[in-house]
Amino acid sequence: MLNYIWLSMIILAVVVGGINGKIENVTKSAIDSAANAVVIAIGLIGIMALWLGIVKIAEDSGLMRIVARAIAPIMRRLFPDVPDGHPAMGSMTMNIAATMLGLSNAATPLGLKAMEDLEKLNKNPGIATNAMCTFLAVNTAGFQLIPATMIGIMSSSGSKDPTAIIGTTLAAGLVAVVAGVTAAKLLQKLPLFSVERADRKGESS
Amino acid sequence: MIQNILGTISIWAIPVFLLAVPLYGACRGVKVYEAFVEGAKGGFQMAIRIIPYLVAILMAIGMLRGAGAIDMLAQWAGPVLEKIGFPVEILPVAIMRPLSGSGALGMATELIQTHGPDSFLGRLAASAYGATETTFYVLAVYFGAVGIRKARHAVLAGLVADVASLVAAVIVCRLAFA
Repeated sequence: MLNYIWLSMIILAVVVGGINGKIENVTKSAIDSAANAVVIAIGLIGIMALWLGIVKIAEDSGLMRIVARAIAPIMRRLFPDVPDGHPAMGSMTMNIAATMLGLSNAATPLGLKAMEDLEKLNKNPGIATNAMCTFLAVNTAGFQLIPATMIGIMSSSGSKDPTAIIGTTLAAGLVAVVAGVTAAKLLQKLPLFSVERADRKGESS
Repeated sequence: MIQNILGTISIWAIPVFLLAVPLYGACRGVKVYEAFVEGAKGGFQMAIRIIPYLVAILMAIGMLRGAGAIDMLAQWAGPVLEKIGFPVEILPVAIMRPLSGSGALGMATELIQTHGPDSFLGRLAASAYGATETTFYVLAVYFGAVGIRKARHAVLAGLVADVASLVAAVIVCRLAFA
């Protein structure tokens, strides 16, 4: 699917850029974005190392297993393919907790650690598992208890009641999580998205 | 009140965590310094591994933005959505949201400042922005970290969540603020 989406984006950009007379802009954006991607990734190194170090201590001391057991009933239902007590349960739990608290600096490294743990259960390297897709759905919804960035912008824009948006953001955010997880659970059963199909297409292309 | 409590939790969560984990580890007999360094080694490889995925996605999104395709899409879809009572002013923010976090933030801020932060549109823009994450960025980074090239249904599930939360934001904001 990413093959088609990616190609469509590029075709669309060049065609639309040509029509709008912004083709030079397209070139500039492509090059700037590529450079920016590296800046983002390099910027992650320190934070990644910090959180992976802490997670290693948590693993060695058995803390990850305790964390995982704490909300196991919910997690088991969300991720039936992940065995009880697997490290992925601990890292996914910590990622979701960090996201909810709005600690995005911690959430990304913990999420990537969770992906590594989930990859250990993957029988088809290169192809996403059901658990990964569900986990991604939770993360792309990015449910936060306090939308701190937006509250900051509201108050710097002169709002008399900058926290008025908390309730509406929470409600819409909850819908995002529920819709994302439901969609992931339903779509994983479709033949169009089956692992076998993804595997076959990998060989032919 | 609730916001204060949650705010305090946000400030204290990381220092407490950074203290509690090594402390617990030490109590369980883990050589904490050695374990930390051992784990931290992975940070470099992981950050480097996501670069090609991130370049691919951000480049395509950057090109779309540079071409003015997002404004164009908003202009086309606007009249249709207006008929069903959708506030079209928010559409460019909504289209940008899954593609670029900073792009959407900029557009939402502009909308908030143009219409006023306490206006219906300002609050709707803020709620719609805060209710979801930058889907394509998350996909690129998370899948990139473990070399996943076949995303299967993850893209569609992420976009379903984006659309659902946008519709929910419009409905909830209508009920709360209009």
